[in-house]
Amino acid sequence: MATSTRGRRSALKLVGTVAATATILAVAGCSTGGGSADGEVTIEFAQWWAPELPEGAFQGLIDQFEEENPGISVELISGPYASTKEQLFAGAASGTMPDVVGLDGAWVSDFAQQGAIADLTALMAENGMDDSKLASQIQIDGATYMIPVVNFVYPLFVNTDLLAQAGIAEVPSTRSEFEAAAQAITDLGTASGWVLPLSLEAPNGIQNDLMSWNWASGGSMLDDGGLPDLTNDDVVSTVEFVQGLWNDGVIAPGAFTMKEQDKVEEFTNGRVGMMIDSLSHINLIQESNPDLNFDIAAIPAEDGYEGARGIPYASWGIGVAEGSEHQAEALKLVEFLMSTEINSELSTIANAFPGNVDSAPEFGEGKELFEKAFEIYQSGYPANEFTGLPVAEDLMRQFDTEFQKLLEGQVSVDEMLATVQESWSAEF
Amino acid sequence: MSTTLPRRRSRVSLSRRVEPYAYVAPTSALLIVLMLVPIVMVIGYSFLDNVILNKNPEVVGFDNYVEVLTDGVFHTAIANTFIFVTASVVAHLVIGLAFAMMLNSTLLGPRIISLFRGLFILPWLFTAAIVAVLWRMLLNPNGVANYLLAAVGITTGDTEWLADPALALGSVTFINIWSGYPFFMISLLAGLQGIPADLNEAARVDGAGPLQRFWNVTVPQLKPIIISMALLDFIWTSQQFALIWMTTGGGPIIATEVLSTYTYKLAFAKYEFALASTSAVLVLLLSMVLAIFYVRHQRARD
Repeated sequence: MATSTRGRRSALKLVGTVAATATILAVAGCSTGGGSADGEVTIEFAQWWAPELPEGAFQGLIDQFEEENPGISVELISGPYASTKEQLFAGAASGTMPDVVGLDGAWVSDFAQQGAIADLTALMAENGMDDSKLASQIQIDGATYMIPVVNFVYPLFVNTDLLAQAGIAEVPSTRSEFEAAAQAITDLGTASGWVLPLSLEAPNGIQNDLMSWNWASGGSMLDDGGLPDLTNDDVVSTVEFVQGLWNDGVIAPGAFTMKEQDKVEEFTNGRVGMMIDSLSHINLIQESNPDLNFDIAAIPAEDGYEGARGIPYASWGIGVAEGSEHQAEALKLVEFLMSTEINSELSTIANAFPGNVDSAPEFGEGKELFEKAFEIYQSGYPANEFTGLPVAEDLMRQFDTEFQKLLEGQVSVDEMLATVQESWSAEF
Repeated sequence: MSTTLPRRRSRVSLSRRVEPYAYVAPTSALLIVLMLVPIVMVIGYSFLDNVILNKNPEVVGFDNYVEVLTDGVFHTAIANTFIFVTASVVAHLVIGLAFAMMLNSTLLGPRIISLFRGLFILPWLFTAAIVAVLWRMLLNPNGVANYLLAAVGITTGDTEWLADPALALGSVTFINIWSGYPFFMISLLAGLQGIPADLNEAARVDGAGPLQRFWNVTVPQLKPIIISMALLDFIWTSQQFALIWMTTGGGPIIATEVLSTYTYKLAFAKYEFALASTSAVLVLLLSMVLAIFYVRHQRARD
């Protein structure tokens, strides 16, 4: 009897101890803090850049920052693009965003609206950071929320062997030349002329592979006030052009569920003659298929168009969390990455173009295509009208869904664009 | 002494009364934190205007429910979910039972049966991401499936299995069937092995043929397992998200849009967390109907 009572008591004690320990652990797990007793400040920097750079390269730059800024240490939170995005959206909702965040232009509007990222215009003024050397700043209502650190452009990639086999002497520069080249390559019977990824899971094909045709001819999908203007002649002409390519059968099969990586794979394996893609994939393509001969060029423009060509780009942007307790230190890291020397170094290792107007990437042996892309970039202007738009990815998805209906023959171009115009307008 | 005894008794009885609660306290705490709180929060969100993004959300009553229930895409998602789930569960059951009976056969040696058991169970060992990548490659217009089908003359070899709106739902259902049948197979195999041999023997003596024995001995004996498995599979399959999202993203157009992808898009593409919560509550209600059937069935068995 006595033993069993004692046994029960000890069981009760055990349960109590476990519950108390669990509570303490739970409470401890919730507490955060970037400061320490010795005055050293630790700032967190979440980004997807480090895994995309040569191993240790980004950590090297951060080590240099820590050396130059005693008292500030940086904890890198590195992950792939998709998980960084999810982590930041969760952090924004719960108010636990890391101090410095890598940003994509498509997220800026949502984070700014949520009050998750800081107004950098005010922060830079407060801390005396000179912004005159920044190539661009992404603003919402006149205040900067994101600074593009480096930019990746999306030129036209051409499989020169397929083009030669098809009897096309020059890389196409106009839409009609492109159409002819795509048809000639398709007629070879071994490859498709062009590739268009329209997966609804990652609908960025609308930005990179479709709307880029509009920007390359100086067109816009927004009006002067920055509101959707999808029924203008430029957008209509772009959509009709791509629909024409689809009807000609020159687009690689499987487009409706194709993603960016599938597009690169199709091109790398020589199953597609031409694609619009990020310059950052040059190394990947060369490593995967060293025998592939390819070239890059500006995206073809409408016949007779003589103006400057917009070239789509994607940025590694940077921002500071509104809730950060160490915004001044966070801005120091931003200033460091945007400085002339560091920005040059980062753009060189990333195969990207700098976000500081005085920085220049290093060219050299094996970087001929990179150098050529820089010429294309400088002769045109960076264009990505999705940057800074609210729910940018969903805008692409809405366009994508209706565009697929158009290609399926369920709606006309005018009906399609009117529907998207209406659904986009509701988001602004 | 006479005064201390009752007090001691009451103390003992109090600790006795508390004791069972203390034993279940850790489990209850976990259930409250991990189940009850999130569910109540999501239900609460569904009555507010856009929560999370909106710092001071207001109560909007049933507005979100009206919006979701009148959305045409939601109707398509329900229809697609129904087709996807029903076809998957029926096929899982038929294939699972067929393979389980093959593995339970006395005609094959134990080694061959072990080999086939290993082979048949393979699809179930892959995670949804692996299954999605694998089948995306196999069903690619330039992939192995088209090559083989064209080689034997069944198709022309240029079928867009996942990208054609007319074929996409069938294709993802097929992939789901492929990845899910082994669980049925293993459970039914265990059930088959538990059927007393004398039942079959008696039926045979009575002159029953193989089909009659199957319908009158095997199926009734397996019925409890079949019903439990079918109900559980119905609930699990209706929540299938990763496979569909990674193969088609709900497309082409809205050909494979199911309730899970519809809810995900509301939350993580449109950041409409209140509408997403509403959709989630509707899914919860549908799942609860099935869960009630399951619990009732289990209770009836007990």
